[in-house]
Formats: sequence, C-alpha cells, structure tokens
Amino acid sequence: MTNFLSIHTIRFVILLLLQVLLLSHVNFMGYINPYPYILFILLFPIKNNRMLFILLSFLLGLFIDMFLDSGGIHAAASVTIAFIRPAALKFSFGALYDHQAIKFNQVDFGQRFIYISILTLIHHFILFSLEIFNFSKIILVLQNTLFSSIFTILLSILITIIFSGTNKK
Amino acid sequence: MQQIVNFILRNKTFLLFLLLLFISVMLTIQSHSYHRSRFINSANFLSGGIFNASNNISDYFGLREQNKLLQEENNQLKSILFNVENNLNSPYVDSLNFAKNYIFTPAQVIRNSYSSTNNILLLNRGKKDSIKQDFGVISSKGIIGIIEKTNANYATVLSILNTTSSISAKLKKTNHFGSIKWDGLLPNKIQLSEIPKIAPVATGDTIVTSGRSAIFPKNIPIGIVSSFNLDTAENYYEIEVTLFNDMTNIEHVYIIENRDVEQIENLLENND
Repeated sequence: MTNFLSIHTIRFVILLLLQVLLLSHVNFMGYINPYPYILFILLFPIKNNRMLFILLSFLLGLFIDMFLDSGGIHAAASVTIAFIRPAALKFSFGALYDHQAIKFNQVDFGQRFIYISILTLIHHFILFSLEIFNFSKIILVLQNTLFSSIFTILLSILITIIFSGTNKK
Repeated sequence: MQQIVNFILRNKTFLLFLLLLFISVMLTIQSHSYHRSRFINSANFLSGGIFNASNNISDYFGLREQNKLLQEENNQLKSILFNVENNLNSPYVDSLNFAKNYIFTPAQVIRNSYSSTNNILLLNRGKKDSIKQDFGVISSKGIIGIIEKTNANYATVLSILNTTSSISAKLKKTNHFGSIKWDGLLPNKIQLSEIPKIAPVATGDTIVTSGRSAIFPKNIPIGIVSSFNLDTAENYYEIEVTLFNDMTNIEHVYIIENRDVEQIENLLENND
C-alpha cells in the first residue's frame, strides 16, 4: 500500500511540475501545447475507489489551473474524463475490462492508442471550449483541440513506452 | 427519507462528479468576467515560489537579449536627459517627464504566457512593495497590462493579450480615442475599435494610451496601425495595431501607481 501510494504521489507531482514548468511553454507554431498530465488519470489503477479517483483528478486539474491562472478549465476537463473513463475502458479493451485485469503495459498497442486518443480528444475539447468560451469561435476550438491532441497523444504514448520498460510490475 | 438516502448512496459517484464539475465551471465563468476575484490564481506562496525558483534558472538564458534591451532603454533615457527639448517626438516611454503623481516600481516577469486566449503574467512584486489591484504595467517599449491580483510577494497581471481586458487608447496625431481589445489570434496584433469614421487614419500611425482611465498616464506607446477598415455599420473604424512590445519575451517591466486615483474615483462617483 505504501509502495502504491508513493508511486502515484510521485507521478502526480512530477507530471504537475513537468506540465507547468516545461510543457505549457512549448508553444509550437505559436499556440500548440501538449497536456500529458492527463496520463495520471489514464493510468490510475482501475480497481481503486472511484470517488477517490474522481477527487484526485479534480485536485490535479485544480493545481494546474492554479499555476496557469486559467480559472477552472483543467479541473472541469479532468474531472469529466475521470468520470467517463470506465466507458472508454470498456469501449477500447472490451472483454479484458470486464474481468478488471488490465495491465496497461501489457495490452496491445492498438487498444492502448484508441484508449488514450478517446480520452485525450474529449479532455482537450472541453478544455478549449471552456477556455475560449465563445460559440462563434467553434472553428478555433476544434483546431486547437485537433493539433494539441495530436501532440499530447504522441507524447503520452512515448512516455508510456519509455516507462513501461523500466518498471516491470 | 430512506429512499432519498438510498438514491444518494447509489449515485454517490455521479453526484460527486456533478459537484466537482459545477465548482470548476463556476471558477471558469468567474475568471471570464473582468476583474472579478479570480479565486484560484498563481499569486500565492506555492506556485509563486516555484515559478520564482524556475525563473532564477531560466533568467540566464535570456541575459544577453535582456541586457541589450536595458541598454537600449538606458541609451534612450540618456539621450532624453541631454536633449530635453527634443523628446516630444520620441516613441519611447519617458518616465522622467510624467507629472510627479505617478510612481514607478521596477519588476520582473517570472511567468509569461501568450498562447492562450486569456493570458496572465506573474510578477515578483506584491503587497510588500505596495502594489495593488488596477495599477498599470508597462515595459520600456509600451504597455503590458493591468495588475489583477496581489499577495504578499507576487502579483498577477491581466495582459493586453487577454480577451477580457480593454484599455482606452488614441491616435497620437489627432487625439481621436477608442478602446483596444484582443481577438485572441496573433500575439503581436491587437484591435482598436470605436475610432470615429471622420478620423484621418493611415497605416503607420502611432497609437498611444489616452490617459482617460486613471490607470495609465497619457501617451504611453502601444503600437502602429498596420491595417484598418470600417465596421459593418460603417460608423467606426476597426483598426489592426502591431504592438511595439514583443509580448513573447518580456522580462523587465515597470509598475505605475497613480497617486490621484482615489480623488478621481471619488469625483466620478459623486457625479453619477
């Protein structure tokens, strides 16, 4: 239990600092930033208490908002993907999820890609809708969502590949 | 009663989700209204401290460039000092010539953002340096924004690159005034509206602050007109302004305090 706690606490802090100090200042092509802090939400163990999970996701988003002065947009997006994660799991892993036996570094690449993509796209869409907050600029929202999602998905998959090799659990 | 308790227990996850979503959307909406208290902000001990520490390191990478900017400014100030009668045509800020009721405080930007639609800067000055809400912030080249929130050591600035901010500005040569807003697209262009059709606008004209609000003194440079056209009703110009400031690499800024702001506000309140 302490091992589990420490791993997820460290992951929480590292992803938070990485996001606010480095990745929010990438500004590729002027405005495209990746948001791979959602890996904390994507890779959180499935068997755990769902209320705790949603609360932690909210806290992570709120901390990001505090650092980036963005009101509550990251908190709203994070808490939403935390809530709909079971549906995304069921959709992308199917039978495996019913037995609650998913090990994220053992499932095959295609399923993992679909899982990460679905949640990233939803997260980014909510994020940019709330940030821009103007229905007449829907094109800007969709454009930001698309480009940032590509960046985030690539980075998330790279991170999962790099770190799944080292800690064999 | 039993059924209500059962219902809550059954749907506790969903209800928690709704509660948290509601809180975060409320925070978002609050942050979109101008100058309402942003509840979660980066002017606090934790994030301010972390950004300060990281800025201490990243400072070194821009030293050469920032030195050059400061040197340019020194040069400008020196030339003004030695040619006092020539300074009327200068596009640069002349802090010596403002009336004494403006106090300038130098500050450093420890977090800059320009890629989102509502950009906020973080400065390393706060209540300890007697910085308060609604003080103006400028750099050596032009305006930056307005102080929004402060705590003991840090202050957040509502950048001019923020869709909720609006600052009164005028054409330098004819004094026709309007307000500048940002449309959220390019970090070096902002939009000036409400300039009447009768004004003789031309590309290359200088836009400066109007001094109509109590925040900025008159004649602080903003930018030059890069293109203009009439709005749909054909009564006002919609002017695209290229900023003098490069908002992507600001480091040293000045905070302006207007000592007369209370008197002005009292007067306006009594009039209403």
